[in-house]
Amino acid sequence: MHSHDFQIPIGPQHPALKEPESFLLTMHGEKITSMTVRLGYNHRGIEKACEAQSYIQDIYLIERVCGICSHSHATCFIQAIEEIAGLAVPKRALYIRTLIAELERVHSHLLWLGVAGHEIGFDTLLMYTWRDREVVMDILALLTGNRVNYSMNTIGGVRRDITAEQKQEILKATDTLEERTKYYIQIATEETTIIKRLSGVGMLLYDDAVNLGAVGPTARASGVDRDIRRDDPYAAYGELKFNVITDKHCDVYGRAVVRVLELMESYKIIRQVLADMPEGPITVKAPRKIPAGEALSRYEAPRGEDVHYVKANGTDRPERVKVRAPTLANVQVVAHMLKDRYLADMPIVIAAIDPCFSCTDRLTSLRDSDSGSKNYMTWPALRSYSIEWHRKQGIDFSDLNKKFKVPGN
Amino acid sequence: MSEEDNIKQQLTEKFAFLSEKITVKRARRIFADIPLANFPEVFDYAVKQLKFSILAAITGLDEGATLGFIYHIARENGIVLNLHTSTVKDKQAIKTVTGYFPAADAYERELVDLFGAQVEGLPQGNRYPLPDGWPANQFPLRKDWNVEMLDKKEVNKNA
Repeated sequence: MHSHDFQIPIGPQHPALKEPESFLLTMHGEKITSMTVRLGYNHRGIEKACEAQSYIQDIYLIERVCGICSHSHATCFIQAIEEIAGLAVPKRALYIRTLIAELERVHSHLLWLGVAGHEIGFDTLLMYTWRDREVVMDILALLTGNRVNYSMNTIGGVRRDITAEQKQEILKATDTLEERTKYYIQIATEETTIIKRLSGVGMLLYDDAVNLGAVGPTARASGVDRDIRRDDPYAAYGELKFNVITDKHCDVYGRAVVRVLELMESYKIIRQVLADMPEGPITVKAPRKIPAGEALSRYEAPRGEDVHYVKANGTDRPERVKVRAPTLANVQVVAHMLKDRYLADMPIVIAAIDPCFSCTDRLTSLRDSDSGSKNYMTWPALRSYSIEWHRKQGIDFSDLNKKFKVPGN
Repeated sequence: MSEEDNIKQQLTEKFAFLSEKITVKRARRIFADIPLANFPEVFDYAVKQLKFSILAAITGLDEGATLGFIYHIARENGIVLNLHTSTVKDKQAIKTVTGYFPAADAYERELVDLFGAQVEGLPQGNRYPLPDGWPANQFPLRKDWNVEMLDKKEVNKNA
C-alpha cells in the first residue's frame, strides 16, 4: 500500500448493499487497487440444526436457506435423500419439480434485471421488470399456494399435482412473459445507455472464471460452457431440449445478456414440460428412517451450481448436511472483477453476480444475551416487547392505538 | 467399460493401495477413501491427470476420534469424484488445496471455524463464517458441541 493510498470499509450495513457483507477497499484515488471480503453475517446454523431434526422437518428448514432459490435448495437436498433411500420418484413428480424450478428461475432472473437497472440508475427498468415478475409470482402462488417457499417437494415426489386448468394458466402467462422478455432483450442489446454503462465493467476473462471457480450466469458470460442441467442432469432435464446460453463479453453487459436469453430457454422448457408431462402418481411412499449411506446432489440454481451432500446413519435424522450455495463460489471473483476499476462500479459489479449472502452463510438460535438461556418469543410477546422498548425511548403510541381502536390495546 | 469404471481402473493402476477403496455408487458418482499420507499425490493426479478440474465443495465430518474431509471434484461432463480422507482430531492437519483451486479458501476457512480443522498453508485472511469475537475451541459442527456450551457474554464482549 502506497502512502497516498487509503482504505474504505463498505458494509456490513451500507446503502450500496442489499444484504449484510463487508468489503474493505484499498483505493488509489478513485480506483480500487485491492479488496478483501468478510462474510458470515447471515450465518444461522442451518447445517447444525438439520442434524437435530427429522428429514421431513429439514425439507422446510433447507427451503429457508434462501428466499429466492427456495425450490432449488429443497430439490437439491431431497435428491440426495432419495438417492440414499433408493427411491424411484415418479416421472410426473420429476416434471413438476422441473416446472417449478424454471418458474423460479424466471422470477429470479426478472428480479435481477430490475436490481441491475436500479444499480445503474435506470429505475424504469426496475419498475417494468418487477411489474412483469408479478405474472410469474401469481402463477407460482396459483400452483403452490405461495409466492416464495413453495413447499412442493416431499421425499419421494411432490405434494401437489398440476391440473389441466392450471396448465392453461401457465401457458397464457408464459406467452405474456415471453413477449415482455423479447422487449427486454431488445433493450439489453440495443439501448445505448445500458450497453455503454455495462460494457467493460467487472471484467472476468475465461481463464480467470475457470481458475477462480465462478459458476452459473457469471461463468457463462465469460464463455464457460457449464450448466448442471445439461452436464449432470437431474429431475426431467435429461429428457428436455434447451440451449446453454454463453456469451463472450466477460463483463456485466455479458451477464445481463446471458440472463435475459436464459429466460427464453426457461419458457421453452416450461412449454416442453407441460406438453410431455406423463400421467401417473406424483409420489412414492418414503421410509421415515433413511438407511445409512451418502450422496452428493448438484442443481443449477438461478445463480449457479448448488451443491448438497447428505450423510445418513439409518435413523430419521441426517448425520450430516452440507450446503454449498452458488454465491460462495462467485463472491470470490468479485475482488478480481473490481481490481483497477472505479469505486462507482462497485454496486453494479457486486449485483452482477446476483449475490445471495443468506444462501452463502446459511444458518441460528435465539438466546438471551444476559442469561444465555434459550428464549423463543411468541408473536404477542414480541409485540409487547417492541411497544415497551419504544416507550423507553420516549415513543408511545398507546393513545393513538386507543383512538383508532387497534385490537389488543 | 463405463467412463466411471475407467477412472476407477486408472486410479487403482496408479495407486495400488486404493484397490478396495473406490466405489462407483451410480452414474457420475465415484467415492474413494484415501489415507491422509497419500492424499496430496492422489489429489494432484486426479486434478491434473484425470482432469477433475472443478471443485464443487469440501465437506467436513465429525467421525468421533477423527475429522473427515470429502473433496467433491468434478469433470466438465458431470462426473464427480468424492475423495475422502481423515485426520486425528486436534493432532493432524490437512494441506490446503488453494494452490489448485483459489476458491477453496472459503471452503477451508469453514472447516477451520466449524470443525476446528487444521489446514496447513491456508493463506492469512478473514475468518469465515463465525464472528470475530467467537470464543476459541468452540466448533459448532462437532457432534459434542451444543449451544449451551457457548458463553454468549464472551461473544458480545469480544464483538
